[in-house]
Amino acid sequence: MVRADFDRNLEELEAELLLLGEMVEKAIIKAMDALERRDLTLAYEVVAEDDLIDEKRFELEEKCIDLIATQQPLAVDLRTLLAVLHIAVELERMGDYAEGIGKICMIIGDDEPVETPKQIPQMARMGITMLRRSLKSLMDRDTDLANDVWDSDDEVDALYDGVCHQIFLDMGQNPKTIEASTHFLWVAHDLERIADRATNIAERVIFVVTGRIGRYKQPSQGTD
Amino acid sequence: MQNLDPILQTRGLSVYYDAKKAVTDVDLDVARNRITAIIGPSGCGKSTLLRCFNRMNDLIPSARVEGQVLFDGLDLYGHDVDPTEIRYEIGMVFQRPNPFPKSIYDNVAFGPRINGFQGDIAELVERSLVRAALWDEVKDRLKASALSLSGGQQQRLCIARALAVEPRVILMDEPCSALDPIATLAIEELMRELSEDYSIIIVTHNMQQAARVSHYTAFLMVEEARVGFLVEFGESRQIFTNPKDERTEAYITGRFG
Repeated sequence: MVRADFDRNLEELEAELLLLGEMVEKAIIKAMDALERRDLTLAYEVVAEDDLIDEKRFELEEKCIDLIATQQPLAVDLRTLLAVLHIAVELERMGDYAEGIGKICMIIGDDEPVETPKQIPQMARMGITMLRRSLKSLMDRDTDLANDVWDSDDEVDALYDGVCHQIFLDMGQNPKTIEASTHFLWVAHDLERIADRATNIAERVIFVVTGRIGRYKQPSQGTD
Repeated sequence: MQNLDPILQTRGLSVYYDAKKAVTDVDLDVARNRITAIIGPSGCGKSTLLRCFNRMNDLIPSARVEGQVLFDGLDLYGHDVDPTEIRYEIGMVFQRPNPFPKSIYDNVAFGPRINGFQGDIAELVERSLVRAALWDEVKDRLKASALSLSGGQQQRLCIARALAVEPRVILMDEPCSALDPIATLAIEELMRELSEDYSIIIVTHNMQQAARVSHYTAFLMVEEARVGFLVEFGESRQIFTNPKDERTEAYITGRFG
């Protein structure tokens, strides 16, 4: 096998991208725990640890740039490196949404808790699943799985619409909860964005495999 | 790709050296006023294919050509076609600069003179040197020996010499392989300019060069059973970002063999 060194570098890069994905996943889980338990210490940790996610993203970007400059990658190698660059940014932004939820927890503090709308933990679970599956579809170069991630986004959007509707109804019926409910609107927004970012990752997987850019949905059968 | 306006077309083109096949059944369209790169591993027949376009293979006694090469519809291997005439229309630039041991001026004037050019030859020499992006560097020493020029300048002189007979197609066989990176970029820049008025075919080992300079790329391959067959042809941006054939993919990502 020629280019063994380059291949090893690509493998390491993807392994580090997965690591970044795990960091982001943990941040989302922790942020949701903090919200659920009104745990300020945990919330503070999520906010502080976002710096590590940012650093990891820059590290990945630098490695991609080094490989592009020194190895002049073409075809699938080029597509892979461009996808890693892109996905690293998507993951980092997902980390920011987790941080956002952490900050909301800190704002809510130990106020008299308003009951968390039931859709919110459900959205978080779906977002995490989509994140995991989007990265798995990258590792396996699995366009079917990438397409499934896309399909899941519609469900998250439906949950988001539902939770917004619910919150606005509650606000109307019980104006005292407006401030606390607004915080949940933002949490729901952050979770909806996390799911969107997972679909962006899925989009990049399609690009790596097929070379097609954009919101292209590959038919589940009969690829070239 | 649908809009490709071909100036040259090969149909079922095969080339033999004695009994040994060097090019196998190639159908290729060469776009007018565009740069077409031919890439492929050593021994894949890319230089042999290039030489078919101006019948340079005629000069090799053992070479035999089958199939057709159409130049704006004219079969270049037709009985009444004079290969010398063809070479005025379809010029060639070689791997190593090969200026004649004459002055810069005489090198460029050589082709038109033996061709019986009747016009203003000084003007033609200047125009050719300007087109080859060499004029400013040599205008004060046109009588100096061509061998006093640097390698990159010599190659541009050879391009000027090819342009002086006013060809429509320029064939380039590894034109930068003997040049340093700066001289290489100068030639590539020149090729892009020339492609507005000329159709260029370049054979190159340097894939980055093919990617940088060409509009279209043809990938030729050699296998145990077959030599010099066309694997894939397409727009260069497609070939270098998303080749359709896995053999092209393996070759351009350096994982060949």
